[in-house]
Amino acid sequence: MAELLKHDVVIVGGGAAGLRAAIAVAERNPSLSVAVVSKIYPMRSHTVSAEGGAAAVIKGNDSREHHIYDTISGADWLADQNAVELFVDEAPRELTLLEHWGCPWSREPDGSIAVRPFGGMKIERTWFAADKTGFHMLHTLYQTALKYVPITWYDEWFATKLLLDKDRCYGVVAIELRTGAIRGIVGKAVILCTGGAGRVYPFTTNAITKTGDGMALAFRAGVPLKDMEFVQYHPTGLPGTGILITEAARGEGGILVNKDGYRYLQDYGLGKPLDVHDPRHPVKRTMELGPRDKLSQAFVMEMRKGRTLKGPYGDYVLLDIRHLGEKKIDEKLPFVRELARNYAGIDPVYEPIPVRPVVHYMMGGVHTDVDGKTPLPGLYAAGECACVSINGANRLGSNSLTECLVFGARAGHHAAEYVGSAPDPDSSALEQQVRDEADRIRKQFLERTEGERLVSIRKDMQNAMEEGCGIYRTEQSVQAALNKVEECRERFQRVVLDDHTNSFNTELIAALELECMLDVARALCQAALERRESRGAHQREDYPARDDEKFLKHSLAYRTADGVKIEWLDVVITKWPPAERKYGADSGLPSEGGNKS
Amino acid sequence: MAEETIVLRVQRYRPEQDSDPYFQDYEVPYRKDWVVLDALNWIKEYKDGTLSFRWSCRMGVCGSCGMMVNGRPRLTCNTFLREFYPNPITVEPLVNFDIERDLVICMDTFLEKLKKVKPWIIRREVKSPEEGPYNQTPAQLYRYKQFSMCINCMLCYAACPVVGMHPEFLGPAALALGVRYLLDSRDQGWNERMEEVGSHEGVWGCTFVGECSEVCPKHVDPAAAIQQGKVLATLDWFKRWLMPWGQK
Ligand SMILES: Cc1cc2nc3c(=O)[nH]c(=O)nc-3n(C[C@H](O)[C@H](O)[C@H](O)COP(=O)(O)OP(=O)(O)OC[C@H]3O[C@@H](n4cnc5c(N)ncnc54)[C@H](O)[C@@H]3O)c2cc1C
Ligand code: SF4
Ligand code: FES
Repeated sequence: MAELLKHDVVIVGGGAAGLRAAIAVAERNPSLSVAVVSKIYPMRSHTVSAEGGAAAVIKGNDSREHHIYDTISGADWLADQNAVELFVDEAPRELTLLEHWGCPWSREPDGSIAVRPFGGMKIERTWFAADKTGFHMLHTLYQTALKYVPITWYDEWFATKLLLDKDRCYGVVAIELRTGAIRGIVGKAVILCTGGAGRVYPFTTNAITKTGDGMALAFRAGVPLKDMEFVQYHPTGLPGTGILITEAARGEGGILVNKDGYRYLQDYGLGKPLDVHDPRHPVKRTMELGPRDKLSQAFVMEMRKGRTLKGPYGDYVLLDIRHLGEKKIDEKLPFVRELARNYAGIDPVYEPIPVRPVVHYMMGGVHTDVDGKTPLPGLYAAGECACVSINGANRLGSNSLTECLVFGARAGHHAAEYVGSAPDPDSSALEQQVRDEADRIRKQFLERTEGERLVSIRKDMQNAMEEGCGIYRTEQSVQAALNKVEECRERFQRVVLDDHTNSFNTELIAALELECMLDVARALCQAALERRESRGAHQREDYPARDDEKFLKHSLAYRTADGVKIEWLDVVITKWPPAERKYGADSGLPSEGGNKS
Repeated sequence: MAEETIVLRVQRYRPEQDSDPYFQDYEVPYRKDWVVLDALNWIKEYKDGTLSFRWSCRMGVCGSCGMMVNGRPRLTCNTFLREFYPNPITVEPLVNFDIERDLVICMDTFLEKLKKVKPWIIRREVKSPEEGPYNQTPAQLYRYKQFSMCINCMLCYAACPVVGMHPEFLGPAALALGVRYLLDSRDQGWNERMEEVGSHEGVWGCTFVGECSEVCPKHVDPAAAIQQGKVLATLDWFKRWLMPWGQK
């Protein structure tokens, strides 16, 4: 058998979180060897598609209290407040570092950093690089990471399993796409940075590669997934493809209207609209700048009232940015114009853009503490695949790019410390696990010649999730989704591939990704079933109220021999006692609690 | 009513079994709002799972899905079938690269070239993050901004005749990136970077064909970057040899 590939720290994922973690390890201890394992070239990671921006307090009119409060109230009080405080405190430093590394942040005339408002924010604090923020952040991180000699790049290697020994994690089994070789990549610490899982649903802003692999790998190794029931729908995706029209379009003054041209958000407790030419428009935390969960819910209500438009890909409403004019659109939102022209066939300078809510972000993920540590020694997680949690029941837009940096760096630093003290693994035990995994993959996927095709199983799972675990849920709808997911898992045992070769077998990768998504979907349904309240992105029509008595708690989904088991963990409250979430005219900081100290 | 269809002629090559590439025809449903990538995915999902190609974002920003479409380098996620219908569409891997399999090219040489231009900020004295961001006016940003828009999609390498003839030529995207850092007001790595950018394999390898800028889906205009690189390199030569006291 091929030898184990040995390093000190193994990072799975080359998006913002993985690259930041790699740089952190290399800077903390240059003598450590770092492996970055990524199923696609790092600069292809879906961080690349983030448009709007990254949040951090830098302007004099803003304050840490405001950022903390916006995040906690946005999260419907399910965020851990110690984690949020730390996040907000470290955010400016991280974005400044990125500036030092060359990120082309947009600037004010005097050369300082420019910021824009995002939904759910009291004060504008989103740093941006035109409307290609994620693209510039990712390429800056990747190009900077190239200068660190201790980093070994495993580009286009797909991790399938965690290597374990004596209850510690020691690396991953991975397939080299080019050759099909299955190898063990070993290190005393592993940091999962594999991103989100939007592809569990049929309509999503997420790339095809966002299939929850890291979440599934951890879950299978007995590590709990936290708060999986919270799935953020973004209110403005293009119908059909799900391609995102960034919130920055509304931050710059874009409005949402129904089929009668009416700004329907005013009917849903999000305040009163101002005329688009009023210099005070858009008002923060109001109307179009309300939080994502509320905006997506308002869409469903409009649909039920028959006030949305109908198209080949279902119901939609209109996002109108025409009043901004061509000059401003080209200057501030060039990518929006490009995407709308290409994929919706309209020019937003002259016509409104058809949009609908689509799955965007997983608030939940691998359970970690503020250092990225999971309950399994040696295993860390950061970025969208992790749940610290700062996002609680609803993520505040533009917090997650920053989250990738802050917690990617923390996980990297702590992993670098940990490897000094961890015992050596038993190599022969690890080698055996690699052989077993290689056997499993060969038997289950490469040798089977009869069975069901991948695509029908995937489509059934996705449709069941949208129907049963969508914007609004009930006991029955979630149970139906779970039953379907279990049926799909059954059917997956007999999945058959056309491709039985080794070199660049993308069909095999699609099968392994579907296997991961089925595990993620299962945990998600179980948590959604047992959270019998409505909070943030989790809206139960049979339990319409928030229930702090019973559910001011994180759900932890464990994989056990007889199904998924849910446990509950208290939310950390430091200074901001749960309050009602308010948007519109009476939004903002409460008179007590939040704005002290 | 019979469904409208369109034929995709796709180049196949599986290193484990094929000695040479060959073409395979697939008839796929024709939809006005489908891109070439949608058609390839339909083939993979419903007809032939053995067809391999790269893609991820499906929104023209990750740079994975470049292929030759009717002989021209294109991003298949924003090339619509309607541009060609009812004629057949030929899909091949990008030229000027080795083929790994089917439509998948080997990126190794590009990654080496990318590293050569040192695509990171080089500073003699480093500011700590506590001291805050560097100042950069919109005008300073504008000098290099366009050249920082490259998604590494490799279309320009497939279009460039020099890359085809001289594989060691750093090529449009890597050079555009080198020039991008040379023009960044925060960078002080002029000398180190100029060694590669200003070399024979660098900007002087370009014979100014300009095809790279024609095919670039992100309007990076690598040809303009290379022209600017030549000006900077000449300046550099003057500084070094004629007025060594003037070096920065
Ligand atoms: C369209 C869109 C717009 C967004 N806009 C914003 C915004 O404006 N502001 C904001 O803050 N957030 C935004 N977000 C959210 C934010 O972009 C993401 O949460 C964040 O980029 C995730 O980064 P990541 O590093 O965790 O994962 P990713 O960037 O998704 O990277 C995942 C990495 O893991 C690797 N990987 C995955 N599975 C495996 C495996 N099995 N083996 C090996 N490697 C693997 C992949 O190759 C990839 O390198 C947006 C998201 C989307 C989809
Ligand atoms: S310069 Fe343009 S064509 Fe060349 S790799 Fe970059 S984006 Fe692609
Ligand atoms: S799939 Fe990302 S550029 Fe085409």
